Amino acid sequence: MSPSRKLRVATVSLAGCFGCHMSLLDIDEHVFALLDKVELDRSPLTDLKTCGPCDIGLVEGGVCNSENVHVLREFRAQCKTLVAMGACAINGGLPAQRNHLDVGQCLSAVFQSRPGMDTAEVPDDPELPLPLDKVHPIHEVVRVDYFLPGCPPSGEAIWQFISDLLAGRTPRVSYPLLHFD
Amino acid sequence: MALGAWAQRVDETLTRFGRRPEYLLQMLIALQEHENWLPPEALTTLAAALDLPRARVEGVVGFYSFLHAEPVGQYRLLFSDNIIDRMCGSEALMARLCHSLWLAPGQVSEDGLVSVDVTSCTGLGDQGPAMLVNGRAIAALNEDRIDIICELIRQKLALDAWPVELFQFEKNIHQRDALLSCTALPGDALRAAIAVGRDAWLSQMQASRLRGRGGAGFTTAVKWLACRNAPATEKIVVCNADEGEPGTFKDRVLLDAHADLVFEGMTLAAWAVGARRGFLYLRGEYLNLRPALEATLARRRAEGWLGASIGGVAGFDFDIEIHLGAGAYVCGEETALLESLEGKRGTPRIRPPFPVTHGYLGLPTVVNNVETLAKCCLIALHGGAAFAATGTAQSAGTKLLSVSGDCARPGIYEFPFGVTVRQVLDACGASDTLAVQVGGAAGITLAPYEFGRRVAFEDVPTAGAFMVFNDTRDMFEVAHNFVRFFAHESCGFCTPCRVGTSLLAGTLDKLAEGKGSPADLLEIEDLDRLLKQASHCGLGSAAPNPVIDGLQKFRPAYERHLMHADFSPAFDLDGALRRARQITGRDDAGAHLPQQPEASR
Repeated sequence: MSPSRKLRVATVSLAGCFGCHMSLLDIDEHVFALLDKVELDRSPLTDLKTCGPCDIGLVEGGVCNSENVHVLREFRAQCKTLVAMGACAINGGLPAQRNHLDVGQCLSAVFQSRPGMDTAEVPDDPELPLPLDKVHPIHEVVRVDYFLPGCPPSGEAIWQFISDLLAGRTPRVSYPLLHFD
Repeated sequence: MALGAWAQRVDETLTRFGRRPEYLLQMLIALQEHENWLPPEALTTLAAALDLPRARVEGVVGFYSFLHAEPVGQYRLLFSDNIIDRMCGSEALMARLCHSLWLAPGQVSEDGLVSVDVTSCTGLGDQGPAMLVNGRAIAALNEDRIDIICELIRQKLALDAWPVELFQFEKNIHQRDALLSCTALPGDALRAAIAVGRDAWLSQMQASRLRGRGGAGFTTAVKWLACRNAPATEKIVVCNADEGEPGTFKDRVLLDAHADLVFEGMTLAAWAVGARRGFLYLRGEYLNLRPALEATLARRRAEGWLGASIGGVAGFDFDIEIHLGAGAYVCGEETALLESLEGKRGTPRIRPPFPVTHGYLGLPTVVNNVETLAKCCLIALHGGAAFAATGTAQSAGTKLLSVSGDCARPGIYEFPFGVTVRQVLDACGASDTLAVQVGGAAGITLAPYEFGRRVAFEDVPTAGAFMVFNDTRDMFEVAHNFVRFFAHESCGFCTPCRVGTSLLAGTLDKLAEGKGSPADLLEIEDLDRLLKQASHCGLGSAAPNPVIDGLQKFRPAYERHLMHADFSPAFDLDGALRRARQITGRDDAGAHLPQQPEASR
């Protein structure tokens, strides 16, 4: 790869809260250094809807529905290096708290049993992705190269991690950036 | 059962064990004999009487596989689930039993009469398949025996009234050397050691270069000296008879055929270090041996080889009591064993301090393996130099091997250290051998090109297990069995082992179901590294051994289980949408997911 070529980076939030993306924006003035070295492909920041061939993909959030599966597979197919960013991508996180409930009962509780909605049906529009019965961490659906823990990882941790990736070092987030107490 | 009755039972048990909290585990084992489980009121009463938090008592009950806080039926049948038992057909026999008794594994029958499940290796690999009935072992299971057992259960016959021959083991000693052909009478070795005096006896031990036979191979005399020199007035000798390593059973045979040598070895250790109390920590699976062992102890007391002024030496007072384990492999680790002896959960301690200075109840303690202690008698009888004359440079003496698996004559073989694997295979009548697992699940897997290697601390160390697999066996299945064993036996104290063994077992499950991919082999290698480097004790660091060896020496057996894909989920993706399809009534293309991504663009 020629040294002048900018690396292409894609990011996405699956079953997450966008907190990791907010944290990514928290790298403050490093954003200039970052944009010197990378150009963004599919990302909430570019609003591109499909992902082209990329060097790095950052995935926030776990896998909760069929659309997440398709998007995640697109990222795996297009990105040389795929990173699970944050607690939900790594463990399922908060959304996975529904895993001990029956997804059918959840849907009917939300759409059929709430006051004022007792005559409504569970939406069946084919446009809507169906929820999986359990929320899965992304490494249970595709191969994942690196894991960046945190809820969310701090801007500093994300910056150190991305700097390592860009410089060709195996990413290593130091302990002070990993502990929160 | 009325509350009053339990209060009385608890009180009787407390009296029997002197109301000492360090006997908590022994009390729980004794209390469970009444109804084959420990009802909440029994635990509450016991905790109050011992002034212990109830959570502490419940924690102990929860730790040991053979203690039950919920009813498990009047008869609790546990099939030994080691790979060797499986090779002998244990799974089919378990299915036959379950079918005959109308129940599913892990379930208590509706009338509360019986439950059937599996347990870790019961130490009867040479005469398997084996099972435990309420803790008592039955070997050599076959369809006839299973049918007899079913009938006895249907008749609700008390265990004591079952045919005695069901509970008898074979000794299967096929090769004797110095230890197994020893004909010394009780007291001979002690008389010799007392005659030369304490210091000269320790010098003999040093000259013998005897190393521990439990696996780690620490020099026994160094241990004894450290304990003798530790500043305390009271010292303890412990015999580790918690032989839990899958495929090992040589301690069972020693305790069965040469109990006097073992107890005499303990007394020799007491003579050297100045101990007054000794414990035999007997694994729960060997409950059948207990009555005979108690009788041997009683006879030795009567003969003056235990008790006060042993051999007529004023001040040489020593006695031995038997403590039972309750189905926890990790208690074979010496510090976990000490925790268990103190009536606690068997969590390994952080070392240092070592048991020789801070052992049982903080007292200087020698913990030795059954075989090690028996060997001490040979040293007392014939001298340290004679003992050191056999074996290899770093491994003096002989070694008992527990041979099981695909061979004509499974059983006990005593060879001088330095014997080659091939010599053992020839002796036991093995042919078409694909692999040998030496040292149990935690040991080393040897492929045919390594059969010239020697059993010795310098080369292939072992606590005694020697499992033979012929070329009809799948070494992936062998490793899978061992890894599930470790996941079950992890004590749960440290995260790398508790989580790592489960993840490793889960990844092997995925391969076994045909859903593996090259990425999973990388995952396995990562987990192996993590377990090795980060675990608190040897259980976790040894847990990946069968897989590490397997991937190196029998890789095609693993690759056979891979899909031709970069990665495949372990779960059924389309099945995961089933419930949502059902509730929305959808069945369009978007309501389905392929297990694999569409062909790459």
